[in-house]
Amino acid sequence: MIDSIKSFMGWFFVTGDPMIYGADASIALVSIGIVAVLTYFKKWKWLWEEWLTTVDHKRIGIMYIIAALLMLFRGGIDALMMRAQLTLPNMHFLDAEHYNQVFTTHGTIMIIFVAMPFIFGLMNIAVPLQIGARDVAYPFLNALSFWFFFVGAMLFNLSFVIGGSPDAGWSSYAPYAGAELNPGVGQNYYLIGVQISGIGSLATGINFLVTILKMRAPGMTLFKMPMFTWSVLITSVIVVFAFPAFTVALALMTIDRLFGAHFFTIAAGGSPMLWANLFWFWGHPEVYIVLLPVFGIFSEVIATFAHKTLFGYAVMVWSMIAISVLSFITWLHHFFTMGNTAPVNAFFSISTMLIAIPTGVKIFNWLFTLNKGRIQFTTPMLWALAFIPNFTIGGVTGVMLAMAPADYQYHNSYFLVAHFHSTLIAGTVFGIFCGLHYWWPKMFGYLLDERKGKWSFWIFMISFNVCFMPMYFLGLMGMTRRMYTYPAGLGWTPINVVMTIGAVGMGVGFALMAWNIIWSAFYGKKDTTGDPWGGRTLEWVTASPAPEYNFAHIPEVSTRDAFTAMKEEKEKGLAKSSKPYEPIHMPNNTGIPVIMASFMFVAGFGFVFEWYWMGIPGLIGVIACMIARSFVYNDHHYISIDEIKRTEAATGRLS
Amino acid sequence: MTDSVLRLHERDKSSLPIEYSKEEGDLRIVGFWIFLAAELVLFGTLFGTYLVLQSHTAGGPTAKDLFEIGPVMAETIVLLVSSFTCGLSTIELRRHNTKGLIAWLIVTILLGLVFVGLEANEFYTYAVHEGATLSRSAFLSGFFVLLGTHGCHVSLGIVWIIGILLQLAKRGITPVTARKAFMVGLYWHFLDVVWIFIFTAVYLTGWVI
Repeated sequence: MIDSIKSFMGWFFVTGDPMIYGADASIALVSIGIVAVLTYFKKWKWLWEEWLTTVDHKRIGIMYIIAALLMLFRGGIDALMMRAQLTLPNMHFLDAEHYNQVFTTHGTIMIIFVAMPFIFGLMNIAVPLQIGARDVAYPFLNALSFWFFFVGAMLFNLSFVIGGSPDAGWSSYAPYAGAELNPGVGQNYYLIGVQISGIGSLATGINFLVTILKMRAPGMTLFKMPMFTWSVLITSVIVVFAFPAFTVALALMTIDRLFGAHFFTIAAGGSPMLWANLFWFWGHPEVYIVLLPVFGIFSEVIATFAHKTLFGYAVMVWSMIAISVLSFITWLHHFFTMGNTAPVNAFFSISTMLIAIPTGVKIFNWLFTLNKGRIQFTTPMLWALAFIPNFTIGGVTGVMLAMAPADYQYHNSYFLVAHFHSTLIAGTVFGIFCGLHYWWPKMFGYLLDERKGKWSFWIFMISFNVCFMPMYFLGLMGMTRRMYTYPAGLGWTPINVVMTIGAVGMGVGFALMAWNIIWSAFYGKKDTTGDPWGGRTLEWVTASPAPEYNFAHIPEVSTRDAFTAMKEEKEKGLAKSSKPYEPIHMPNNTGIPVIMASFMFVAGFGFVFEWYWMGIPGLIGVIACMIARSFVYNDHHYISIDEIKRTEAATGRLS
Repeated sequence: MTDSVLRLHERDKSSLPIEYSKEEGDLRIVGFWIFLAAELVLFGTLFGTYLVLQSHTAGGPTAKDLFEIGPVMAETIVLLVSSFTCGLSTIELRRHNTKGLIAWLIVTILLGLVFVGLEANEFYTYAVHEGATLSRSAFLSGFFVLLGTHGCHVSLGIVWIIGILLQLAKRGITPVTARKAFMVGLYWHFLDVVWIFIFTAVYLTGWVI
């Protein structure tokens, strides 16, 4: 009996590596610490009522961002472990198997559990405010999306200590990711964790599409929307049409692994290439899902701090629409070398290069917005300005990779790795940091410290270039991705050493930003006006942080840069006399999303281990929650005029 | 007094059908159409997968060996008729006739149950009598997962309609229950359209090729 328990535990928990035991201990300590702090300060009720059950888009946005920052920390540690291993030839810091797991979790976490939720968080905070709405179209669904993302991320991360991590790369190619070549539960964690989170992403896409289409303030026509809202609208369309393909791909591979089907196996007629096609049919649009919203953020920030209206508004919109369409017909460029015929490669080569045209148009529009602007070098503006040259390098090397014959040389080398980090870090990461600093006062009512912010910017941005510029040359010198070590004497060592220094520098930059967040929480400058930057769009009309109902009166819009126009009218003394308040109708908090997601976690864990006694009841719990929700009719409440008056008076806005 | 969460666009809704009469209903129905668009991509991916793998029979039974016209026609007719009765339920909804709405929805789920039963029997025959299981070949994996996904959708639709029937019985036709009944109708018709594609891409193609 004891022996069987022992052998079960040895199989269930990951053992044998001191780092894993360190992780076990730290997870246990952090969990105990959180429980102890919450209990000591009697915060359980507060946590449940204010956060876990909230349907307020601003709070959901904050939770998304906290989770994404934690995941960024984990993904960053993975990156540093890889760099440590590769600094010198013949290192034995990680063995081959462990290295495979680390690059797999690094990629998956950074794309799915950092980039997307961070962007979803910023969308949640800014979009309803920018369009003058009081919440998103489906507040309940919004909370559900967050909790599905959260449990998906937690399930995926659990693989590190229980059962073992996936090791087939974030793209998880068949047949290696299949049951035959990759037994064990690691790959199941990938498939199911990402699946659960993906359901949440799809729901978010639908939610924001309807929110933006149907809930804009009176007078805000589509072509008067802020550019960030436009980018989110287009992104939502991509999410709706790309994610179902991924849902299917993940489900088919899960069925392959759990029930012995033959979609992607080598035996019995399966087609491993089918996986590559399905994966990238989602995977390429996915990179635009994490890129277009940051284009929107940069557009807002550059216009705000150049003190000019955005140059070429309509062209900006149409170029994003063009990118979204093209993003669906380029997926095959991820496997030019897989043996397609020349005409097929030629088609996808050209469609890929075409994307450079609308993207280039956007770059020039940003430059023309800056032209003759009164530029103010705040921290968000620095991130936006650094984006332009750094991202352009990533874009141009992308065109190099798009040339199919040349790609036979670059494919799977570090040149490719450098390219997509140039786009994803200089684009997405700079963008989310930019948005974080820009909207921070709107989220919390105080600003992040500018001096520390600028230091963290310069350290991170320079280190990024120290890490990834040499990587292009390393790729051209023949080093391929995903190799866990290399022999001496190939001339790769100096570049690898430089890259590791850069990676450490990026870690330092991020740590400084984390310190800035903690420091500013205590000493940050308060934002009493609600408009700390001289903003141009509606989110700056209301107080910081915005009250639960966002706007006491729904603003009326007559032009682009609606808030700038309002401020000008006010200066001219044309401000309209304010109307009396009316009670505001708001959705109730509900515990169903977090409970439903918990059942999903149980179900997911069961299916990872093929414990159907656990998985099936978990799914029944999910369906029971859906039914329970359908029978809830009393799900709204009114905010009284008195309460609105009190809230508005507290921020000095009672007129 | 209104049930809308966000009264942003005050406009005259009296001329609209009851399910659109509140802003919340309007928002949810639009969102449901977009959800159906996502479902279209989901089924499109499954169809693409099936068509790629159709010829990958790995020496096992082929489409021609398996498919029989009788049961397939029965399933098709039952599901098409259920879509018709579902349409009738929406007409009763527009006429504010709670009893008629409930009656036609009950007929719809009964036909849905017959369909699911016939399909389960078809699967059982293939798997047990012909040895054509999910893990026999890539073709069969594609077949069972495409049809199984559709069948699961129909089953979920049945559960959903039962939930709405309970609410209709208790509350009658209100803007909220009307919106729910209308949305489940959209869902049901969508599944019918998918079946027409299955009939064409799986069965007709299977008999011919």
